[in-house]
Amino acid sequence: MKDRKQLSVSAIKDGTVIDHIPVKSLFKVIAILGLDHIENMMTFGTNLESKKLGLKGIMKLSEVFFKEEDLNRIALVAPDAKVNIIRDYEVVEKRLVEIPEKVEGIVKCVNPVCITNNEDIRTKFELVSRNPVGLKCHYCEKITDANNMVIISSS
Amino acid sequence: MIGKSLVSINDYTKDEYLKILDLAAKYEKQPKQTILQGYVVATLFYEPSTRTRLSFESAVNQLGGKIIGFSDTGTTSVTKGETLRDTIKIVSNYSDLIVIRHPLEGSARFASEVASVPVVNAGDGANQHPTQTLLDMYSIRKTQGTLDGLNIFMVGDLKYGRTVHSLLMAMSQFKTTFHFISPEELKMPDKYKQHLNDLGLKYHEHKDFTDIISEADILYMTRVQKERFSDPIEYEKVKNVYILKNHMLENTKDSLKVLHPFPRVNEITEDVDENTKAYYFTQALNGVYTRQAIVTSILDLN
Repeated sequence: MKDRKQLSVSAIKDGTVIDHIPVKSLFKVIAILGLDHIENMMTFGTNLESKKLGLKGIMKLSEVFFKEEDLNRIALVAPDAKVNIIRDYEVVEKRLVEIPEKVEGIVKCVNPVCITNNEDIRTKFELVSRNPVGLKCHYCEKITDANNMVIISSS
Repeated sequence: MIGKSLVSINDYTKDEYLKILDLAAKYEKQPKQTILQGYVVATLFYEPSTRTRLSFESAVNQLGGKIIGFSDTGTTSVTKGETLRDTIKIVSNYSDLIVIRHPLEGSARFASEVASVPVVNAGDGANQHPTQTLLDMYSIRKTQGTLDGLNIFMVGDLKYGRTVHSLLMAMSQFKTTFHFISPEELKMPDKYKQHLNDLGLKYHEHKDFTDIISEADILYMTRVQKERFSDPIEYEKVKNVYILKNHMLENTKDSLKVLHPFPRVNEITEDVDENTKAYYFTQALNGVYTRQAIVTSILDLN
C-alpha cells in the first residue's frame, strides 16, 4: 500500500500537499484554488486507494503556499482534506480545512431568479449549517445546500 | 434607521419597527405636511404594482416631496440592456431615496449596495416586501391596541405567500399564537414552523376553514392561485374551500379584523366588505402613513 503511494506521486521539496480529496471534487478543488492559472510544477492524482474514502484524490503543489482563508474555501467540496506544508522534503505543518462563515465568489446561488444569476455580481453567502452544508444567499436569502452546489470556476 | 436601507424585514430591530408604527400614527393624524419639500424620491418599478407604487407616491406627494421614476421598463434604457447596477448608480445622482420593485430576488439588496442613497425594497420577486409587513403590523396594532398575545389566523396560500412569511417573522417577536389554514399543497413551510418552535411559540394547522376562526383576533386572507398547483384536479377541489363569506363571521369576536394584502380575486366575497370586521381597505390606506413614516425616518426628518 505504502509503496504504491510512493510510486503514484513523487515527493516535493517545498510546497503544499493536499490529501484526502473526494474523487469527484478534485477538479472543483483545482478550480477553487485557481490552480489552472499558475505555472508551478504540480502533480494531481486521482482514484488512489484510501482506507478512509475508498478512493481519493491528492495534489502535490511545488512551491505553492496558501493563506489559511484561501485553503478553507475547499472545505465546501473536500471537508476531510488534509493539508501538509512541506519544507525541504519534511512536513513542517499539518492543517485541516474548515468552511468559512462567509463564502464569497465560489458558489453559484441555486435560485434561478436570484439577481446574482442574472447580472454580473460576485456571490456572497453566510454559512447557516455545517453538516450538511447550507449556505444562505446574501441577496435572495435562499439556501444552497451540498446537493445542488455548483462551483464557479475562476477566470 | 437613519440613512439605512430597508430591504428585508429582518434589517430592523423590534424597537425600530415600533418607532415606525408610532410615527405612522402621527402621520395618520396629519398626513399633509411640507416635511419632504425639496426632496426627490425615485420610484423604480420594474414590474407592475398598482397599490404599492401609488401609495408610495401618494405618501411622498402629501408631504411635499417630488417623485421621479418609472412604472414600466418599456420606456427606459432597461430595454437597451442597461444593467441594474448602472441604473441605480445613475438614479442615485438624481434622488435622495430610491424605492425599487424588481422581479428578481435579491435585487433590492444589490441596489442598496451600489446606491449612494438609501434604498427601500417595494418587493423583490417572491423574497421580501418589508413595507407591506410594517403596514400590516400598523393595522394590527391600531385595531387591537397591542401587538402582544394575539391569535393570528392565516388563510390560503401559506407556502408561496411572501406577505404571510414576513408577517410571521415580524409577529413572532410578540408572543403571537398562529393558526395556519391551507390546503395540503400550500402549507406553511417547515422552516417557519421550526422558527416558531425555536421561540417556543404555539401554532396550529388546519385544513378546513370553519368555525375555528371564532378565536381569531386577526384573519389574514391570501389568494389561492391556480398556477401553484401541479394537479389541476386538486385546485378544483380546494378552490372554493378557502373563501371567506359574510355569514362565516357571525360567531367571531367583535374585535376581529379581516386583513388582505390585495389584490383580491374571489377569496373574500363582496358582501363581507360592508361588515365592520372587514378592514382591508383601511389597511391599504394605512400603507400611506406607514410609508410616510418609513421615508421620513430614513431621511432623518422627524
